Amino acid sequence: MKSIADLLAEQPTFAGLPMDALELIAGCGVNTGFEAGQYLLREGDPADSFFVLRSGRVALEMSAPPRGVLVIETFGGGDVVGWSWLFPPYRWHFDAVALEPVRAVALDGACLRGKCEEDPTFGFELTRRFAHLLVGRLQATRVRLLDLYGDVAS
Amino acid sequence: MSRAEAAAITADATVPVAHRVLHRVEEADDTATLVLEPVDAPLAAPRPGQFHMMWAFGVGEVPISVSAIGPAGTLSHTVRAVGPVTAALVATPPGGVIGLRGPFGTGWPLEDAAGRHVVLVAGGLGIAPLRPALAHLLARRSSFGRAAVLVGARSPSGLLFTAELEAAREHDVQVEVTVDHAMRPWVGDVGVVTELVPRVDLDADAAAAMVCGPELMMRLTVRALLERGLAPERIAVALERNMQCAIGTCGHCQLGPLFVCRDGPVLTWPRVATSLGVRER
Repeated sequence: MKSIADLLAEQPTFAGLPMDALELIAGCGVNTGFEAGQYLLREGDPADSFFVLRSGRVALEMSAPPRGVLVIETFGGGDVVGWSWLFPPYRWHFDAVALEPVRAVALDGACLRGKCEEDPTFGFELTRRFAHLLVGRLQATRVRLLDLYGDVAS
Repeated sequence: MSRAEAAAITADATVPVAHRVLHRVEEADDTATLVLEPVDAPLAAPRPGQFHMMWAFGVGEVPISVSAIGPAGTLSHTVRAVGPVTAALVATPPGGVIGLRGPFGTGWPLEDAAGRHVVLVAGGLGIAPLRPALAHLLARRSSFGRAAVLVGARSPSGLLFTAELEAAREHDVQVEVTVDHAMRPWVGDVGVVTELVPRVDLDADAAAAMVCGPELMMRLTVRALLERGLAPERIAVALERNMQCAIGTCGHCQLGPLFVCRDGPVLTWPRVATSLGVRER
């Protein structure tokens, strides 16, 4: 049976990290799963943990009555769901719901922040990797703002 | 153009040939597929990726890619109403007559892609010109390696040919679909089509890609394909320009050294990479 550190090593976000760093992160993690329709995050709830998806798909969404539920973005295996644990006030801004059975590693945000503060070299490396993910999301969002599929006749 | 070249342009290429609308399929609010049959003799059979100049008599003419090649000279064109001519075409009922000139231009490099892994990437209505390429691939599935179709659209209502895409999955084709905006009950992907590229299960060294959509979408998709390791010369894109004569004489569709109507619309990436994105002066 694979350890949490082994599972994290398979994920792009943590690929190439030395085993001692992976074990440091794994110390804040638990293996978890969600059935389709179960919520991983709820808007306004404390952002005390986040998820590294191993398989399955998750939708980030927001309830917007009377329009309905707006799907903002979807994530799949290898993606990280949840950033609000990184910065005060540590509250989720959106809902995240499993669209199909999901396997994930849940990581305790406060635990990880503590380890980053204790070991600045580790903290810098982890922050660098999350910054890379955030920039990727920002670029993808900018591209969506460009309305890629504008009017053409055929 | 030399006299000999000019002489080679026959009247057939400049005179529209009447076609009757056999069926009209409403694909979306502003988009319809017209299945056409020739009123008299059929035009030459097009290759996937080629286009016709479509006449709405009394209104005007526009270039429209072939979206299906049927038996006995029947042809399908999928048209979105974005101006007077396309609006007139989209509104043509079964039994109505329109004119076609062509087929014109280059087709998708399907022969070159034989034996390779193939990825087709469509944005919005770009799925229509790629549809005959997908049909070709499915009809000769064993001649190609792994295959994937990536489709992006503004919203679920803008997705076209979803049943055909679903059927392609049964032929061992990876189909990934995403939209920019969605509301529940949509449970598919939400994001840009470029984000689908890393998911494709193929060997980049052995892969060929064919990309069709608005130019901005193609530029960004090609960037993602290049990052994935595909060779630039094995990436083909289909350009849309102001094509009027369709035979390389009027110059309206000129892009640097290329006449898109004659040298394109399907071109390999190295031929257009420096031209796309150049600001007009």
